[in-house]
Amino acid sequence: MTYLDSSFAEVLAAWPVERVLSLLAGADEGAVHTALARGVRSEVDLAALLAPCAAPQLETMAQRAASLTRQRFGRAIQFYAPLYVSNHCVNGCTYCGFNCRNHVARRRLTVEEASHEVRHLADEGFRHILLVSGEDPKGVPVPYFEELARNLHPHVASLNIEIQPLSIPDYALLVQAGVDTLTLYQETYAPVEYARYHVSGPKRDFRWRLEAPERGAQAGMAFLGIGALLGLTDWRVEAFYVGLHARYLQRTYWRQHVSVSFPRMQHAAGAFEPPFPVGDADLVQILCALRLALPDAGMVLSTRESAALRDHLLPIGITRLSAGSKTTPGGYAEDTEAEGQFDVQDHRSLAEVMAAVQARGFDPVCKDWDGLYHEDVLTPGQV
Amino acid sequence: MKPLVIAGRTFTSRLFVGTGKFGSAEVMAEAIRASGTEVVTVALRRVDLAAPERPDPLLSLLDRDRVVIVPNTSGARTAEEAIRIARLSRAAGGFDWIKLELTPDPNYLLPDPIETLKAAETLVKEGFIVLPYINADPVLAMRLQEVGTAAVMPLGAPIGTNRGVRNGDMIKIIVEQARVPVVVDAGLGMPSHVANAIELGADAVLVNTAIAGAGDPVLMAKAFALGTEAAEMARTADPGGESQLAQASSPLTGFLGTD
Amino acid sequence: MNAPESDWIEVRLNGKDQRVPPNQNVAGLLAELGLDPTGVVVEVDGNILQADQYQVTILTATAQIEIVHFVGGG
Repeated sequence: MTYLDSSFAEVLAAWPVERVLSLLAGADEGAVHTALARGVRSEVDLAALLAPCAAPQLETMAQRAASLTRQRFGRAIQFYAPLYVSNHCVNGCTYCGFNCRNHVARRRLTVEEASHEVRHLADEGFRHILLVSGEDPKGVPVPYFEELARNLHPHVASLNIEIQPLSIPDYALLVQAGVDTLTLYQETYAPVEYARYHVSGPKRDFRWRLEAPERGAQAGMAFLGIGALLGLTDWRVEAFYVGLHARYLQRTYWRQHVSVSFPRMQHAAGAFEPPFPVGDADLVQILCALRLALPDAGMVLSTRESAALRDHLLPIGITRLSAGSKTTPGGYAEDTEAEGQFDVQDHRSLAEVMAAVQARGFDPVCKDWDGLYHEDVLTPGQV
Repeated sequence: MKPLVIAGRTFTSRLFVGTGKFGSAEVMAEAIRASGTEVVTVALRRVDLAAPERPDPLLSLLDRDRVVIVPNTSGARTAEEAIRIARLSRAAGGFDWIKLELTPDPNYLLPDPIETLKAAETLVKEGFIVLPYINADPVLAMRLQEVGTAAVMPLGAPIGTNRGVRNGDMIKIIVEQARVPVVVDAGLGMPSHVANAIELGADAVLVNTAIAGAGDPVLMAKAFALGTEAAEMARTADPGGESQLAQASSPLTGFLGTD
Repeated sequence: MNAPESDWIEVRLNGKDQRVPPNQNVAGLLAELGLDPTGVVVEVDGNILQADQYQVTILTATAQIEIVHFVGGG
């Protein structure tokens, strides 16, 4: 694994958990007011908005976040669908339904089967597809994703991958094949905790994962998605790190657009209980703080969250939603026994979520991007 | 107050001064001293062979221990011309700081972005410390930083117009995205203008016409120094910021209930 | 010991055609023009000369010579 000469790893090293905790502890009402009055200009401001003392200001923060999101994004909400192509995994992550030690039904889709799934999704109206997989290099190696992307590219507007971290040449192959978005969650930015949760497999390499979004950017990905798995450690600290990471990527890879996600731990097959549960009010605070810190970042909410909560969170700063999601491979076209990565809580179809979004005064968008002029990828392809 | 660092060199004054348009070399030298500046720009021109040559006082009047002399490439209309001027400047006495000023338009003296980027790329590779003068174009600023310029110098308004910062929104974006110091250069006519530039987030300002063209350039130089210093001091004092009232709207977090 | 004018060569000096004595070096030219060598930069046929080259650089016919110096500028 070749690490980058210069990366976010250096920034992270300057911000050990103790330093973040100290900043959070040092925040007071005055700091919260300052951050709200002049905007989030520094780490101090971000910490103030994530600290407990900001909780009484939550409504103000939400109003400001909503207003800022309208300015930057208007009322458009972009829809995407996740497609799980394999739940085989070589890693042993204690919190995940795909943990290699879990005895669950495993399935991987052939390229034909995956293409069939996407046809199904396209019929429903989706044009932005997220390809997700466990780390399954024997079953779904890079050439698999390459072939799949080439097949799918002519039929979708945007292809997003959420798989194990790859090298720059491998990311470049996927970019050539039509992938434009790279999604990768660090899970936790605290290296000590990270080592405790990722007990076996290649995912143990913290820095290789941390630097992956940068490798993707260098390889030509247009969009980067990052996030932390909320519930693994202190959420205030993780949200702070996500803000730091996003800001670093925006400044260093200024041609790329950065989005932030908020996966919140739910039930998983191994019955892992998140040790630092994140309540609804906590999630709202994270959303608001990050929106105020990152006015230009996309904010993504998946179907981990309930329909009611998603509807409430929508105006506060969300710009992308998934809908009708199945987190099991092959779950769209047919019923399957395969284990899902997490339990979906919002079971509404795309049409239903779009209607709900519209009812709240937002504009549901299924196609918001086109790689049309990306010449390398104008291959006919077939699905 | 935090010092300004450009290309590894530290400056306590954030006011840079140009040496053009003064009535006399002596007044220019006194104004430079009064300004407290540590960065001074000069130009390169053909010697006038028709006129009897007197010793060139310009460089001898500038205290090279105190100020960095930055030749500019004014007069250049193409990258090749600018590169040539830079090389001539370096040969003239080891000046490897260079202000890229590529203005093919003689009316507004606005900089050519394409030639500037080309010249910057070459000159950085040749080891020059390049400070490019540009329109306040955030993407151009990023492209220049990528090729390795030591700073970016967006204009506040066209050269000599004394109109102040007319493109504050763009300057703010440049400041937000910049990974090198931002020097607002051109068009700054009054101390309030330089203060405005600093308040927008600029790391330094460059002033020439407003000082040289004033009735009392020495006094004006002092005024600009004070304006720059006041703004930097206020910035260091951590201002509270304008208050923005939250927009009246139905409550967004009411659904959370009382916890 | 000036050479006869008929032997003088033509060069282009700061954009103007000039006749100068043959076999003259740059140092000599600067002296003729009354210029202090330390206050100027000289470029001959596109090559910037270092000061220690003034003595040894002989001007040839049709040479393009630029003599520049620093002046005030913004």
